[in-house]
Amino acid sequence: MSMNSKSKAWWRELLVPVVAVLVGLAIGAVFMLFTGANPLDAYRALLSGCFGSPVNLSETIVYVTPLICTGLSIAVAFRAGLFNIGAEGQMIVGMLASAIVGYALTGLPRIIHLPLTILSGMVAGGLWAAVPGYLKARFGVHEVVNSIMMNYIALYFSHYLVNGPIKDPNLASPYSPEIADAAKLWRFVGGHGSEFRVNSGIIIAIVAAILIYRLLYKTTKGYEIRAVGLNPEAARYAGIDVSTAMARSMLIAGSMAGLAGAIQVCGIQYKFLDLFAFEGFGFDGIAVALLAKGNPYGILAAASLFGVLNRGSQMMQLLARVPKETAGIIQASVVFLVAAEGIVEGWLPIRRMAKLDVAGKEETR
Amino acid sequence: MEFLYFMADALATTVSLAAPLILTAMGGVFSERSGVVNIGLEGMMLIGSFMGVLFSHLTGNAWFGFWMGALSGAVVAALHGWVCIRHRANQTVSGVAINILGAALTGYLLRAIFHRAGQTEPVPGLASWTIPFLKDVPLLGDIFYRNMPPVYIAFIVVIVAQIVIFKTPLGLRIRACGEHPEAADTVGVNVSGIRYLCVMLSGFLAGMGGVTLSLGQLSLFREGMSAGKGFIALAAVIFGRWTPVGAMWASLLFGLADGLQLTAQNWGFTAIPREFLIMTPYIVTMAALAGIIGRSVPPAASGKPYVRRDGA
Amino acid sequence: MGKPQSVPVLEMRGITKQFPGVLANDHVDFRLNKGGIHALLGENGAGKTTLMKILYGLYQADEGTVLVDGKDVSIQEPNDAISLGIGMVHQHFMLIPPFTVAENLVLGAEPRKHGIFMDMESAIAKANEISEAYGLAIDPHAKVMDISVGMQQRVEILKALLRGAEILVLDEPTAVLTPQEVVELFEIMRNLTEQGKSIIFISHKLKEVLDISDHVTVLRRGKSIGTVATPETSQQELARMMVGRDVELVVEKGPASPDESILDVDALHVLDHRQLPAVRGVSFSVRAGEILGIAGVDGNGQSELVEAITGMRRPASGRVMINGCDVTGVPPRQVFESGVVHIPSDRQRHGLILDFTVAENMILQTYYKAPFSRRGELDWETIHTEARRLIEQFDVRTPSEKVAAGSLSGGNQQKVIVARELSREPELIVAAQPTRGLDVGAIEFVHRKLIEARDDGKAVLLVSLELDEIMALADRIAVIYEGEIVGIVDPDTVTEEELGLMMAGAMRGPQPKAAGGESR
Repeated sequence: MSMNSKSKAWWRELLVPVVAVLVGLAIGAVFMLFTGANPLDAYRALLSGCFGSPVNLSETIVYVTPLICTGLSIAVAFRAGLFNIGAEGQMIVGMLASAIVGYALTGLPRIIHLPLTILSGMVAGGLWAAVPGYLKARFGVHEVVNSIMMNYIALYFSHYLVNGPIKDPNLASPYSPEIADAAKLWRFVGGHGSEFRVNSGIIIAIVAAILIYRLLYKTTKGYEIRAVGLNPEAARYAGIDVSTAMARSMLIAGSMAGLAGAIQVCGIQYKFLDLFAFEGFGFDGIAVALLAKGNPYGILAAASLFGVLNRGSQMMQLLARVPKETAGIIQASVVFLVAAEGIVEGWLPIRRMAKLDVAGKEETR
Repeated sequence: MEFLYFMADALATTVSLAAPLILTAMGGVFSERSGVVNIGLEGMMLIGSFMGVLFSHLTGNAWFGFWMGALSGAVVAALHGWVCIRHRANQTVSGVAINILGAALTGYLLRAIFHRAGQTEPVPGLASWTIPFLKDVPLLGDIFYRNMPPVYIAFIVVIVAQIVIFKTPLGLRIRACGEHPEAADTVGVNVSGIRYLCVMLSGFLAGMGGVTLSLGQLSLFREGMSAGKGFIALAAVIFGRWTPVGAMWASLLFGLADGLQLTAQNWGFTAIPREFLIMTPYIVTMAALAGIIGRSVPPAASGKPYVRRDGA
Repeated sequence: MGKPQSVPVLEMRGITKQFPGVLANDHVDFRLNKGGIHALLGENGAGKTTLMKILYGLYQADEGTVLVDGKDVSIQEPNDAISLGIGMVHQHFMLIPPFTVAENLVLGAEPRKHGIFMDMESAIAKANEISEAYGLAIDPHAKVMDISVGMQQRVEILKALLRGAEILVLDEPTAVLTPQEVVELFEIMRNLTEQGKSIIFISHKLKEVLDISDHVTVLRRGKSIGTVATPETSQQELARMMVGRDVELVVEKGPASPDESILDVDALHVLDHRQLPAVRGVSFSVRAGEILGIAGVDGNGQSELVEAITGMRRPASGRVMINGCDVTGVPPRQVFESGVVHIPSDRQRHGLILDFTVAENMILQTYYKAPFSRRGELDWETIHTEARRLIEQFDVRTPSEKVAAGSLSGGNQQKVIVARELSREPELIVAAQPTRGLDVGAIEFVHRKLIEARDDGKAVLLVSLELDEIMALADRIAVIYEGEIVGIVDPDTVTEEELGLMMAGAMRGPQPKAAGGESR
């Protein structure tokens, strides 16, 4: 009996996100119809773009990997009651730091150079996130506006570096020099030059999800972060150092976004490429974290879903002539529906019943 | 002497760069005063700037485009209102969704309607207005006598907003909803109604701010052209202590930072790398926020959904 | 008045209101006579406020009808209630702190000039006019956040009268007042009925109900237990109706046997969140095995005093010593580690994390220590086992320890806090309004636990706004007024009148160090 009620609660937790995704896809279909395309064809094109060939599958995994990291970044901050809208910028500085450490140091063995390169990306991301975190703790400035400003500063700072100080003088394009082989992540098929770019970065991302889960639910530091996020006043009453917990979660959040950048550089690009605009991994990470309700394991699933959507949208544009931005519209719809659970719940009679019983949730929010 | 010309040039640029910030910030003031945080200003601006261009393109009438841009901002804001007021969603999250939607929808429509990526072709823009008597006033004349119409509209909106918020019954009710919605409710003020009104007004003004960027400055739409201005406008609201006049001064300050860097670039000022000049408005915004906090208290109920409850 | 006394101006019939999990009102009937003061008596959670919010249009009843002046009416919105002449003074004032008194008075019915502008002059004129008409002096220009609580209550009453209220609902209006202010309020109420107004007086205090009302309707668990004429009833009868059984109005306790002092507070000054002095040179000590009660009207520095002792607020000057160790200005964790536990006055804001499970709440201060965690890793098995033990020992009614604390009733939430705090082997218990909002059963439970702790040799600092509670529990009473201790007295010899005068600052009692009882 107790097993039964437990699995019921588990299903209920999933119901809202699943319905939200289905409705989001339906809204996407409407936008496809507007352009005269058949939604079925369009979605088929989208899927073939992701899974149609081994290379496509490899590229999809490559695309999902940073989304997992940015999703974790937003989730960790969210647990402490902070909104890390700055993962975009933290990822950029993560890429910069990894690229610089990757090419500037030479002759180091892989066992030192690779971890050092990845770590420097994480540290850079963490420090970048610490600035709005510090301003929040010290002056009480809302972290959202500052994180956005930090995104733009990171973007223009990277422009400056890659067009000047760290530009590879042997190339016409604004690229940094290539990182040392000892700083590159292992590609599963065919080595560094392989067209199968899928690499051990995905394993690092999954391990990160497991570690973040353990941090949040199995450790005292995670307990502090969750307490501060749910009720900072009560946390303070209980003797928890609220600003330290917030700062810690912001540092971890930034390092996760930095990790996304490090994996991009060490596993895919091997150098820093000039950015013309934000790549969107940071913003998409918000949708990922929300859909997963901040659960690190849910983030693996949500990142895969949004990764597939975004990655496949290119092929959809090519084959079905549906603008690739439709993926973003689907994403926005899902965020709305997950944010306002009430909308979805209104469609589901069972949810209303659920509110009457006192079934507890082990994980909240 | 050259410095004076430089300053006059920079100041003239400032007001035209500040106009979209001012308009959007006025929207932010209304929304936040009524108790709804509006992070979605950025997305509303973007949609406004696109729709303005679209309707100017379709009708050949820039003014029709201008008002349609503002109106489309209000429509998107209604969505934000519905999610936040009716369904009590996290207002920041909903605002983020609005921003995702703004970027995606404008990109989608750009391809679907203009069959282009990146930017539209040029469309009829707003012709500048000339204020004859200002022409002979030194300095002020240089800055103000000839500008795109939204600049003048922006300053008029500031005055109207200041009067509405502080001198009318509607303003009293708006502030009451942002401070203590339950108290407003118990004296028969329609809290949801006021909040919807203010959120939609904020979208209307943000849309107007956006269309100022497209039809006022470039006469075309470019993807992501709001470039964080919606967020800077939000910062201006905070820096201006949630008053229209204060937010206007803050917008002018941020516009000045932008104007100085643009003018410096135009004048071939190379001592500082271009990228650092472009960063200035963002850095100034952060510095300004850190400087005033503690002395700037937001409306007490801002960001909190209102629901009649409290159990038995 | 043309109508005879017995004509009801208001009748509520068969009112039923269901909230998720609670039947807040179950076919409640209620009649109010013109010019009468009708008390609505019941414990916290009995459904009084719900019934009145239905009357005022803030909630919709699931069943039942409301008649005003004999006519069936539909009240969907506060506006409907206002236009029917119903006015309400809410327990938590519905005033907007940064607005002026005049602005608060006219909100929602603002006088205009030129059609669209606020007419502040006529708003102020209106405010003055109504305050003179009812003899309730106010300053229309003052900001609400700058005036006293008693004054704010006047503004609330005037707000209702300005809107033409004939029926006035006062929800627990005495909770925030000194005994003297209560007397003034009762005078105002009698004046209003003489002018033809009818009043519904919501309370859970028997003495006040007997003092002021002409009829009493008692609610218990959402049901109406009965209506009696006040002169024909007694405190015992009302208590029985309210609780459903005979109640001991006073907890039994033996004499205290105080030992050496545990808490010493010396010349403590504390600023409030606006950086204004809230506690001004307070000195006292609490000894092992005694309960020191701090009596006073809300907002006289009690919260700041408690916060300063428990490390949540840094004092401006002075000293706090626990067992001879200086803990002035140290953070909460260090205070706790020196043997202090704290039952906070606001259990939902400070005491609990409502979205955490009961088990997670049980380790709020101890999660970082063995046996709950080792080297930074939580031991969930031990945490849950210990939680189950405390749930059992303190009789917390919950389906399991894995349920969110927010899903428990108020009384059970408080039991979770009491269990957590008392199980931490304290030397000093700081209990701030430990029974606020609880029903009689839960109040008895908390009182018993505090007395047990005292008999067990703990020092107890009890801060309460309920004079009855202080009188029942405290071995010594310190009265706080405007941040100063105006006297420390013996509950067995002091009268309630004397305490009232001291709480209002009109009299000084013996001081902790310098003896003497002259009045100011």
